[in-house]
Amino acid sequence: MIPEIGHFALILALCVALVQGTLPIYGAAVGNSRLMALAVPAARCQFFLVLTAFGCLAYAFANKDFSVLYVAATSNSQLPLHYRLAAIWGAHEGSLLLWTFILTIWMFAVTLFSSHLPEAMRSRILGVMGLVSVGFLLFMLSVSNPFERLIPAAAEGRDLNPLLQDPGMVLHPPMLYMGYVGFSVAFAFALAALLGGNLDAAWARWSRPWTTVAWCFLTIGIALGSGWAYYELGWGGWWFWDPVENASFMPWLAGTALVHSLAVTDKRGGFKVWTVLLAIMAFSLSLLGTFLVRSGVLTSVHAFATDPKRGLFILSFLAVVIGGSLLLYAWRAPRVGLGGGFAPVSREGFLLANNVLLVAATGAVLLGTLYPLFLDALDLGKISVGPPYFDSVFVPLITPALFLMGIGPLAQWKKAEIPDLAKRVRWAAGVSVLTALGLPIVLGEWTPLLSLGFLLACWIVATAIVSVREQLAHLIGGGIGARLARLPRAYWGMLLAHCGIAVFVVGVTMVKGFETEQDVRMGVGDVATVGGYTFRFDGVQNVRGPNYTAVRGTFHVSRDGRETALLYPEKRRYTAQNQVMTEAAIDSGVVRDLYVSLGEPLEDGAWSVRLYHKPFVNWIWGGCLIMALGGALAVSDRRYRPAWRREPQVVPANAQLAGR
Amino acid sequence: MTPRQKRFAFVGLGLLVLGVATALVLNAFQSNLVFFFTPTQVANGEVPKGRSFRIGGMVEDGSVKREADGLTVRFVVTDTAKRVPVVYKGILPDLFKEGKGAVAQGQLDADGTFVASEVLAKHDENYMPPEAAEALAKAKAAGAQSSNTLIVQPQ
Repeated sequence: MIPEIGHFALILALCVALVQGTLPIYGAAVGNSRLMALAVPAARCQFFLVLTAFGCLAYAFANKDFSVLYVAATSNSQLPLHYRLAAIWGAHEGSLLLWTFILTIWMFAVTLFSSHLPEAMRSRILGVMGLVSVGFLLFMLSVSNPFERLIPAAAEGRDLNPLLQDPGMVLHPPMLYMGYVGFSVAFAFALAALLGGNLDAAWARWSRPWTTVAWCFLTIGIALGSGWAYYELGWGGWWFWDPVENASFMPWLAGTALVHSLAVTDKRGGFKVWTVLLAIMAFSLSLLGTFLVRSGVLTSVHAFATDPKRGLFILSFLAVVIGGSLLLYAWRAPRVGLGGGFAPVSREGFLLANNVLLVAATGAVLLGTLYPLFLDALDLGKISVGPPYFDSVFVPLITPALFLMGIGPLAQWKKAEIPDLAKRVRWAAGVSVLTALGLPIVLGEWTPLLSLGFLLACWIVATAIVSVREQLAHLIGGGIGARLARLPRAYWGMLLAHCGIAVFVVGVTMVKGFETEQDVRMGVGDVATVGGYTFRFDGVQNVRGPNYTAVRGTFHVSRDGRETALLYPEKRRYTAQNQVMTEAAIDSGVVRDLYVSLGEPLEDGAWSVRLYHKPFVNWIWGGCLIMALGGALAVSDRRYRPAWRREPQVVPANAQLAGR
Repeated sequence: MTPRQKRFAFVGLGLLVLGVATALVLNAFQSNLVFFFTPTQVANGEVPKGRSFRIGGMVEDGSVKREADGLTVRFVVTDTAKRVPVVYKGILPDLFKEGKGAVAQGQLDADGTFVASEVLAKHDENYMPPEAAEALAKAKAAGAQSSNTLIVQPQ
């Protein structure tokens, strides 16, 4: 009964979405405010309907209702409750429901925080989001219904893929989807602007916080996925340039470009058409990412052939959304106009260059991800594009972008002078070059990439310090503390996010440069040394988990005779699918991780064992977290608060700073 | 600068980045594309010399031998028509098993052994890596053809 209620709620939601996607947009076109007024209640109603459906599926999982096909396929009666609930997004159908649910959450949020928008704008935004929702609901109801019954019911479920039975995996998809779907708000804003034919600074100011929040979620989501791959796949890698990862990275790159382009549109009224195009790109790549990962096309392009209805729907949906919005763009963009002019050497110029580099990098990743699929689909042979391709294309494209990241915030809007800039950054440049040359010598190893990494990281931080000093010098009166407090939060957020990149770069550089890895055969009592740490293998014992049995090894780690850690890596066998999983044991630290995973049992109680010493690896995810915090800080800036909440007297001081 | 010169500067910048990106992509494609071959193609000598490529197929039953160091593993990958001996030093993925599909990346040495630098198993119990499945399917199709010819010939 409950699953049917969920199914019915989805059907109702589709009807509501159809209303929401058509009448308010039509109303905005003809100026009928009664039609426009439908948008808000429709969006809220849709939210509650999809919430009901989501709750019904959760109930089916919690209740182990194996008469629902999706529940039987992705869970098991021995699976603990929290993983049963996470199994909602463990496969295709449920992921689509989660996607739609999150879309309605964003819609609901838009209805709450858009009362200050012009009526026509608001109804167009909600209308576009409603249309996107129509696509997803139609997809679920026609070919991917999560509530489909299995009659007769299965006695036992097939269980969730053991790889996904992990706290990181529980959080990763919702975070990622919050990011993906969050870009739908920017997308809806962009289409609303195209439909309305006006795109002013106020428009950019409204869409900026939405985009930044989505970007923060996406950043966290990608970092969680990367961390999960690191400790769960048992290979100690944090990024593989796997198509699944690229699928989430491309929207991030486009989204990063969009965040910066919006800043120009907001502050200077420039980059208008470019911003709109980026908003369309970011959301299109999000859609592509969702489908790449969840349609099975990556494991085999012929997945489409085995289930042609799904493939056909996905391709036509992508074609309608991307093609439709680009058509609208081609038709209406000339009305929006280019925005203000500026000199090539100016903050706008640097931001534009950064945008172009980010988009070029996105294109290179897209090509490397889709090219093998195209060849395969056309039967031209099977190839794989591995990490070396991405490394050798991505690094040279992103290096100048990181360099510009330091100098951009220092340059004046409209027109800047190179000699003046050079004078202001000379000590930052000096410190960076000295660090780049000196630090590798201190660490006892030199490679060009090490120096490059240190140079860029140090450059970003040093130029940030220069920027803060200059800002303080411009403010008159008050102590340092008071003056620091007067700098707007958006400014601090920007600096923090940039420093997050620097932390990230340090992490990547140190891991690439100094990690040590050893695959060894270890008998009980054997000792191996990796990165200055001594690992002693104390044998294995059998343990039982809720839905698996495991062999657990004990490793005693010491350095210079002092005990550092006891590590317990496991080799698990999940009973439902009889699948073996390696569970690595990691001793995490600020400056290094020690990582042990069990290979295979050999004769006489010996095991093949993989040992890693990973310096600064946590800085990689720490950097992502700092970036996201920076974004959150920027969003909390008072300039984004609705006008009625802003105290009038602070506006001039704030505007003065912002204009610089 | 006149607006005209400015526009040229921007277009120039865009073209420059595009050009550099294209050059990087082409260069990286040239040296980093990894092609896939079936054991039959390996046996027929269709594979590149001195360059890394992938092979896929089934790990032959009873072929997995471990050397004394506990880490070097020898096994045979087959598409049921032809066999390729593989040697790999390191820890094999969890799902590597005799009688199951596997994909390996590496180079062919002088005596025809495939020296793998990587053994991939991004797949679960229920499905084979796509490359491995394709190798088996191709061999099967080829096998079916030749057996047809055999039946036809006597008539």
